Amino acid sequence: MNLSLTLLTFSPLIGILVLLFMSGNNRNTMRWTALITSLVTFGVSILVFTMFNASNPDLQLVEKYNWITVAGWNIQYHLGVDGLSILLILLTTFLTPISILSTWTAVEERVKEYMIFFLLLEIGMNGVFLAQDLFLFYIFWEFTLVPMYFIIGIWGGPRRIYAAIKFFLYTMAGSILMLLAILWLGVNGGTFSLPELIAQGGIPSNIQWWLFLAFAAAFAIKVPMWPLHSWLPDAHVEAPTAGSVILAGVLLKLGTYGFVRFNLPLFPEAAVRAAPWIALLATIGIIYGAAVSYAQADIKKLVAYSSVSHLGFVMLGLFALNPEGIAGAILQMINHGISTGALFLLVGMIYEQTHTREFKVYGGLWKITPVFGTIFLIVALSSMGLPGLNGFVGEFTILLGAWGAGQNGVFYWGNVWFAAISALGVIMAAVYILYMFQKMFLGPQGEIVDEVKKHGHAIRDLNWREIVTVVPLLIFIFWIGLYPAPFFDIMAPAVDKLVAMMPLP
Amino acid sequence: MHLSETANTGFLFLAPWLVFFPVIGLLINGIFGGRLSERMVGAVASLASGAAFVVSLLLFVTVSGSHGEAMRWHLAEWIHIGELSLDWTFRVDSLSTTMMLVVSGVGTLIHIYAIGYMHEDVRFKSDPGRFRRFFVFLNLFIAAMMILVSGDSYLMLFVGWEGVGLCSFLLIGFWYEMDTLARPSWANSDAAKKAFIANRVGDFGFLIAGFLMFFAFGSFQFDAVFAKAHEVPHEMIIAITLFMLIGVAGKSAQIPLYVWLPDAMAGPTPVSALIHAATMVTAGVYLITRSAPLYSVVHEAQNIVALVGAITALFAATIAVGQYDIKKVLAYSTISQLGFMVAAVGMGAYVAGMFHLVTHAFFKALLFLSAGSVILGVERGHHHAAHAHASPLSQRERARARESKGKKKEERHDAHDDHASAEHHEAFDPGDMRNMGGLRKTMPVTFWLYMIGTIALAGLPPFAGFWSKDEILLDASHHSQTIYWLLTVAAFFTAFYMGRQIWMVFFGEARHEAAAHAEESPKVMTVPLMILAALSILGGALNLPFEGFHNLGHWLEYTIGEVEALGLDMQVAGVSTVLALIAILISWLLYGRNPMKQGQVDPLKKGLGPIFTGMENKWYVDELYHAIIVTPFNKISYFLADVIDWRFWHDWFHEKVIAGTYNWISFIGLNEYADQKGIDAIANGLGVWTQNFSATLRKVQNGFVRSYALSVLLGVVLILGYLVLK
Amino acid sequence: MIPVDYYIILSAILFVIGVLGVLIRRNALIIFMSIELMLNAANLAIVAFGSVIKSFDGQIFVFFVIAVAAAEVAVGLALIVEIFKSKRSIDVDQMSSLKG
Repeated sequence: MNLSLTLLTFSPLIGILVLLFMSGNNRNTMRWTALITSLVTFGVSILVFTMFNASNPDLQLVEKYNWITVAGWNIQYHLGVDGLSILLILLTTFLTPISILSTWTAVEERVKEYMIFFLLLEIGMNGVFLAQDLFLFYIFWEFTLVPMYFIIGIWGGPRRIYAAIKFFLYTMAGSILMLLAILWLGVNGGTFSLPELIAQGGIPSNIQWWLFLAFAAAFAIKVPMWPLHSWLPDAHVEAPTAGSVILAGVLLKLGTYGFVRFNLPLFPEAAVRAAPWIALLATIGIIYGAAVSYAQADIKKLVAYSSVSHLGFVMLGLFALNPEGIAGAILQMINHGISTGALFLLVGMIYEQTHTREFKVYGGLWKITPVFGTIFLIVALSSMGLPGLNGFVGEFTILLGAWGAGQNGVFYWGNVWFAAISALGVIMAAVYILYMFQKMFLGPQGEIVDEVKKHGHAIRDLNWREIVTVVPLLIFIFWIGLYPAPFFDIMAPAVDKLVAMMPLP
Repeated sequence: MHLSETANTGFLFLAPWLVFFPVIGLLINGIFGGRLSERMVGAVASLASGAAFVVSLLLFVTVSGSHGEAMRWHLAEWIHIGELSLDWTFRVDSLSTTMMLVVSGVGTLIHIYAIGYMHEDVRFKSDPGRFRRFFVFLNLFIAAMMILVSGDSYLMLFVGWEGVGLCSFLLIGFWYEMDTLARPSWANSDAAKKAFIANRVGDFGFLIAGFLMFFAFGSFQFDAVFAKAHEVPHEMIIAITLFMLIGVAGKSAQIPLYVWLPDAMAGPTPVSALIHAATMVTAGVYLITRSAPLYSVVHEAQNIVALVGAITALFAATIAVGQYDIKKVLAYSTISQLGFMVAAVGMGAYVAGMFHLVTHAFFKALLFLSAGSVILGVERGHHHAAHAHASPLSQRERARARESKGKKKEERHDAHDDHASAEHHEAFDPGDMRNMGGLRKTMPVTFWLYMIGTIALAGLPPFAGFWSKDEILLDASHHSQTIYWLLTVAAFFTAFYMGRQIWMVFFGEARHEAAAHAEESPKVMTVPLMILAALSILGGALNLPFEGFHNLGHWLEYTIGEVEALGLDMQVAGVSTVLALIAILISWLLYGRNPMKQGQVDPLKKGLGPIFTGMENKWYVDELYHAIIVTPFNKISYFLADVIDWRFWHDWFHEKVIAGTYNWISFIGLNEYADQKGIDAIANGLGVWTQNFSATLRKVQNGFVRSYALSVLLGVVLILGYLVLK
Repeated sequence: MIPVDYYIILSAILFVIGVLGVLIRRNALIIFMSIELMLNAANLAIVAFGSVIKSFDGQIFVFFVIAVAAAEVAVGLALIVEIFKSKRSIDVDQMSSLKG
């Protein structure tokens, strides 16, 4: 009996228990406890990764126990991991310690509760990626909302309550529809187990369509797909730095992951039918997000809207329904987690010193903070998809996949235009990314420099803790950009299996 | 791989080191450079570039040894998913080694020159710490350029293609906090951004071409693509080549995307020489040459390419006539010369195009670097003039004026820093030719070097430029009269604006005290220039139009196939030479015979009037782009962000409609009507009734013991009465 | 032998007097005495019935009642003394602070 996935999911509990019994004042001990716990979890995920066999397209390390079996319900505690989720698991366990490290000095109040919520969040996220039972999945899915709600609502900016409630309600609204669809599947299929439901198949196509839409509602809000993105800027702007990192880095991926894990294999016919429509929304999202980003006066808002654009690419790739598109999309999920996560980290680092995110007071920072500027530049370039860095590999394979989908009739209307117009997003990404970099780091010295000096301390470059926080992300930016082969190898068998299920025209 | 397996691979294994050496150099300087002296930093960077040059030479030897056959060196996998398979594979053949030699050769010379140039430049701009950063970027550029020229697939080429775009961005914006006159401004960073974005527009075309190519040919690998050039539908190849042309227009500054290159002169002069004249901007020419098997099968596309090149050549040459900035003239000249190259490769004269690429790299690098020497010389003169004439009072005034401009730079005092104390931020432009004049006497070495470059560019025999340009014109005369005459007129303008520049800069009297006090540059700068000068004179020997001297042609044949070797056509050569001489004569009549005086209007302006104003203002193309692209994009994006996304979608739809409706329903509808007036009313009514009832009832409880006793008695009587009467 | 009816009638008269005394008088001591009267009326009835059915139970029961009455008097008088101490009066109508 292999309990490794359970161990992985719930190992943050140890830290939570330790934290619970800690008394109020030794904040550093709490931080260390949380950090070490998350590092242990990361270690466990590495162990899981070593046990994972990349050439096997199926679920591995499966754990399956009956859980609720009363009154004809057949709900199981069912965990498993495959090539579609292993990288996202690693991303989660990798980003959590980084975001905990990033709040070392940013959060001074209620450190204990903060750390507990973070570790709870990690449990929830791991659970979502590992659950193979629809009911269990739904529980984890909703569970992630709670810690995030408190993280935004307690440690957030001035309008945190509003943002937290909006975040919560939006996601809930979509989830309700998904819950209905899950109940339908569970009752009609006699099981909530995802692999069994996929194997059963045979859902009539008109019902598939509605179920697909119900699931899509939940996931599309989470992604967020245009035009359901309205909660995102609020949540990002108000969330504390680490909250933004996790929100952009992992929580948004829950949505795209949901599409890969549930919508595609459960409702293949509906997925094929929906492909061009989703591609249309994705393409609009790419262009719209990029255009809107450019016009933002607030740094965090710019990055938030850029997520709409980037996740548009992910959705476009997923619904290209070919190996290039889907693998590119999964890689782009990782890339976005790393690059946008890093951007939020860096913005948080400067915000901690200046307490403002308005572009207009910045300028010329590269001269004062050369290391920060250089790292920011690398991350920004990765975000705009410079070849040789990670963003390009994802975007290029996605666009190639989308172009192929256009030519092969998967996009049965729209043809290659989705890919062609989305490629314009590459230019527009350069526009807003360079705008951001220029307004912060180039040009004459901004007024914020003197403003900060008035309060007695000059703007400083990154300290060692901050460098240690970002460097792991930089390593992956270069690694994925230059040598993504191992990443593709991990997901390729699972992606091929998924593509083979699609009744493509 | 099938090629390299059979052939003697020689030094082929060194191919990746073309990239690794510069990367090692930039890592050393980037990480430890802070502790190294300027000399060490410069030496490390130059050695890194020099090592790449040595590798290029060894590869050249290897390729020559194997009779020019293409060889490939597989380094690592890159992207393998689905049908897509891309590798990091280096391609070494006669074309790529030519480019490697040019890039690393010219690159190394410019590295050395930059040690001297940047030493002074960072002090004039009072930030010596930035010296190291320059060489890090320069090495990064060499690495990216090497990827570009040695990639074995279009995608790897694209990696270098965007990589050099990044370096261009970084180096144009090197002095990002100021404008070209060192005043605090966004201008330089705007120029950098403009370059990157214009290039990205081109890259968009490249990407689309790539997608089309992948689904038509099934690969990005050069050999695999070229092998199918005759099987794929004609229209598809036209589409691919024309989308590729957009990329070329972006990178090689052709119409309509050339606008970034003149602004790119904001970068330090070595950058202008290396990136924006000699190497990066020729990447487009390299791309077309590399894609020769595709272009050769579609004549329609070829004609368009040639026409774009020829029009660009003439158009940019006219603008160059109206410029006053010494580097702007050279910038437009570069665009014009790139037009020549693009026209040549468009006509299928790949050898001529590559030939001109090589010679142009020599003489334009020479010209730019000499111009840099001139600018630094004038700037030195400016400082000396200030020292010589400034009274203590005026110095104090200047200091005050500086502060009032909000410039609070700390003045750094290095041991060997003799300029920092004399900063000048008045609007003196050391690059403005109207401030120069008579520099022949004060900067003799630079003058002679500049003359050599000018003659080579003007196309006078027997300098390098003559042979390469003549070969292009000759090809054009065989190919199309339109293109021939466009290029010939462009060549005429070229000679004219170069003559104008020479007369304005080096002859006559100094029009500014700075020019009068100008000083010659140190050896570290002039020696690389002498090497480039020698190459500019002798470079023509690469491919002389005589039987047995078509060296470059035969060398490139291995890669691009058989080419027609043309002899010397006396008519074409004569016409161009005579026109060039006439142009120089006219320029002498206008600028040399009566040298311009201080404050005098350009003599051409009197004669040409509005036409000259048009040239001076670059035919208002920047303004046009601003009006039709930049402004609408800004407006649309602000409209989307503010009106659509925020006010309509976020505030109105979500706040007012969804949240508002919900609030109305819960507060007004349910709370007030259903709840308060409905359910609450019933509950409250019940409560009120109970209250009233108990108020009545409580009167019974009067507290008098005896009345309680009475009620007990009555109760007993009642119960007993009931029991008795039952 | 005196018929039992007479005892019963006497007992009833005494009881009614006691009841009226409780209901009419306001002096707590009087009320107390009236209560004693009612108790003893009941005792008389019990003893009378006990002799009719030839049983000692009635007499034993009466002894209990007398004992309880004695205890009651002790507690009751103590209460009245305390009330008098605080209120300077033993008028029961003034002790109406528990009214609703």
